Amino acid sequence: MMKNRDNRLTLYLLIPVLLVLIAYVLYPSLRTFLESLQKEGGFTLGNYQDFFSQESKTNLQALWNSVYISVLSVLVSAAIGIPLAFIFNRYDFPGRGFFATAAIMPIVLPSLVGVMAFMFLYGESGLVPNAIKDLLGLKEVPFKIGGVSGILIVHAYTMYVYFYMTVSSAILKIDPSLEESAYNLGASRFQVFRKVTFPLLTPAIVAASLLVFMISMASFSAPFLLAGGFRVLSLQIYFSKINGDMEVAATQSVILSIVSIAFLLFMRWYQNRKDYRMATKGIGAHRSEVNNPVLKWTMVLTGVIGVIILLLPHFTILLLSLVPDGTWTWQTYPSVFNFENYRLLLEDPNIFKPLKNSLILSFIATAGNLVFGVLASYVLVKRKFVGKSFVDILVMIPWALPATVIGMNLIFAFNEPNIFSFGNILVGTFWILPLAYFIRHIPLVVRSTNAVLEQLDDSIEEASRSLGAKWFYTFRKVILPIIMPGVLSGTLLAFVESVGEFPTSVLLYTISNRPISIEIMNQLRMFNMGQAAAYGMIQITLIAIVLVISNKFFGVKAEQSLS
Amino acid sequence: MASIKIENVQKAFGKVVAVDHLNLEIKDGEFFTFLGPSGCGKTTTLRMIAGFYYPTKGVVRFGDKDMTRVPPEKRNTGMVFQNYALFPHMTVFENIAFGLKVRKIASNELKARVQEVLRKVRLEKYADRQVSQLSGGQQQRVALARALVIEPEILLLDEPLSNLDAKLRDEMRSEILRLQKEYKITTIYVTHDQAEALSMSDRIAVFNFGVCHQVGTPSEIYNEPANDFVASFIGEINLLPVIVDQVEGNRVTVSAGENQYVVHNNPFNFNREHQDGELALSIRPESIRILAEKADRPNVFQGKVEDVQFFGTIILVRVRVNGLLLDVNLLNHVSANLKPGADVWVELPEDQIRLIPVLSGDAS
Repeated sequence: MMKNRDNRLTLYLLIPVLLVLIAYVLYPSLRTFLESLQKEGGFTLGNYQDFFSQESKTNLQALWNSVYISVLSVLVSAAIGIPLAFIFNRYDFPGRGFFATAAIMPIVLPSLVGVMAFMFLYGESGLVPNAIKDLLGLKEVPFKIGGVSGILIVHAYTMYVYFYMTVSSAILKIDPSLEESAYNLGASRFQVFRKVTFPLLTPAIVAASLLVFMISMASFSAPFLLAGGFRVLSLQIYFSKINGDMEVAATQSVILSIVSIAFLLFMRWYQNRKDYRMATKGIGAHRSEVNNPVLKWTMVLTGVIGVIILLLPHFTILLLSLVPDGTWTWQTYPSVFNFENYRLLLEDPNIFKPLKNSLILSFIATAGNLVFGVLASYVLVKRKFVGKSFVDILVMIPWALPATVIGMNLIFAFNEPNIFSFGNILVGTFWILPLAYFIRHIPLVVRSTNAVLEQLDDSIEEASRSLGAKWFYTFRKVILPIIMPGVLSGTLLAFVESVGEFPTSVLLYTISNRPISIEIMNQLRMFNMGQAAAYGMIQITLIAIVLVISNKFFGVKAEQSLS
Repeated sequence: MASIKIENVQKAFGKVVAVDHLNLEIKDGEFFTFLGPSGCGKTTTLRMIAGFYYPTKGVVRFGDKDMTRVPPEKRNTGMVFQNYALFPHMTVFENIAFGLKVRKIASNELKARVQEVLRKVRLEKYADRQVSQLSGGQQQRVALARALVIEPEILLLDEPLSNLDAKLRDEMRSEILRLQKEYKITTIYVTHDQAEALSMSDRIAVFNFGVCHQVGTPSEIYNEPANDFVASFIGEINLLPVIVDQVEGNRVTVSAGENQYVVHNNPFNFNREHQDGELALSIRPESIRILAEKADRPNVFQGKVEDVQFFGTIILVRVRVNGLLLDVNLLNHVSANLKPGADVWVELPEDQIRLIPVLSGDAS
């Protein structure tokens, strides 16, 4: 219907995008599905029958546990995140800006490192319970985390940020005149909140709830280290794979995928409904200053305590990284601190190797993400074609699928030669991990690029064309330079996430090519907390650097593209 | 420089027909305006000339060359967009030089040409500025300079003044006209603002719902609108649905409600081609006279002043005549000092009344 020449160009751009998505997203998922239908050499639904009617009910219990943990995670995260969003965006008190920034600090903690920090802080031999025991002279530690409570606390810590960020941005978008006009019409404070403010925030709260639910369904690191006997589905997949029950692992993956993709589709539907677009004319949101001194200083004090709790994990990792291995064994508290672990990291090639591996693997994956992300995003945002929402969903699937499932999908797809691997077996080789990292971060890079491309008015491209520039010249000289900051910040984030990636790594790594997260796990098993923490600090530093670079140089709030 | 011919062009988006049966001929060097409300097809037509859309049917020619399916980068048109579409990552100089770089112009000639055009738009001092540091009017000049520097055959302006405030708009209006005369360039100007269209154009095409209703000079469009849409879209007008009672010699008698009107029977006042369709009596508010007392001429009626609004140059008087409300514009110096409730006589001079066709329901 449009111009033929442009249709052809759209097709040329679309073909590689579609090929990559089919080969590395769709095909592996289908392979897993086929595998789940295999039993004793024939095609049956037997595996699914077993899943639901198994006598021990292990699988059903695991599915139920996953849902149970996820619902609780949503409730607890909402209970922390929503009030914080209100307090920091509606009230002004000393230190507010600092507290508001500190509130997103959990993002700077890679999941595995975060769980590790919580174990050392609040676990059986954790610093906090023991400190309380000694201070109060108790015989036993007053509390310790583990099992459900452990997973839940870690989830609350990492996931309340999603509520905090989405609700904050929704609050900032509310036109203050809406509330003012409600007051003007005679509504009380409570009525305004219930009838105006809260309904306007509902879309954000629902979106955050869905997001947190999906993320905790997929959560792997926390159950992996804390669950004890408590089984969740993402972990069951891992155990089935380790035990060699590949058909069972496939079945579990399919069931977890169905839950996740159903949520993805529901979320898309919900967000595409007509939502309240608010005019942003006139004054922005205003914060009311807290004048009551008691209230003000209570808020400040609460803020300080909150920040301490938020940053305690980071400090714990820092502290542990300074404790040389073998100096903290039977003592309650570590006593020797130095830079031994960092020295070893730089000097001992065996200790440096996992870091180097991770950097190389992530670099390859991220380079792929950059090229693919820009291409896919351009086609999706700026070109018209039939079947766009199908491509859009394909792009989002790796985001919805739990990492464990992506790992399993790759195992089923590439433990045999096929055309998508150019006739090679990829499982057990170097290339499987970069591929996994690449797939995991397709949505992140595409979405952050979409955000900048949507800002770019079509007339910019048209102006260039009408001045005589061909499409490729326009793309190189006009479009790319304009969107680069946004693209780079998304890509850098994908890079640091890849460096810390644990769930797919643990399923796919090879002994000769261990990434940093696997080495952290090994060091923990050998009780070399110091070395594990030093690896963790490297990751924390990398993420922090990326967030600062994005904020300062690209003017992009990179943390936003995580949600 | 080139003339433009649009022959039998239709543009459909799926089932929606945005432009239909369009035939236009724009002369070499002419300042030609597409005027109409939003969604009328004027921008679609402009984009077909620029090459961003290809027509579903019909032919677009520049001079004698068939340009219907030539891609935009090979048309050599200069376009100024509503939002200016300046490249945000380039300086003023780089923005203007872009089209020349694409054309691989040698660097000293390029510099000279950019300097020259910067001088013409009076922005010599701003060459090294980032475009985001410019005011709206300055950005507008950069957009114009960028379009002009490539020496296009045709200059296309898509509502270029709609983002400027009123004062700047007047200034840029003269600026655009000055540049157009200086470059003697065929120009198509798209706007929904009738004042811009009337004051700037050599000729105007009036669009509505994808159909071009009339092409003519500003005074033709204003004084001899082809139908009730054109008449009411441009300027203020009184439109009364009428029935023709009698056509006799050089007089036509029509009636609207209880009143009977006499109209000259000549092509200006009554085009007999339309006499079978629905008709409306049209008269501009400034053509109606207010009399202090009854006069013994046709089309003089007694009425009551309902409302008086003061606009400065003119005074708008609303007069109720046998149930019909007529708008009358008086020049300010005619200090009639009318008050609501006053009894007056109004005269609709028979040579000023025109009988024009009424477009059926959804087409108007």
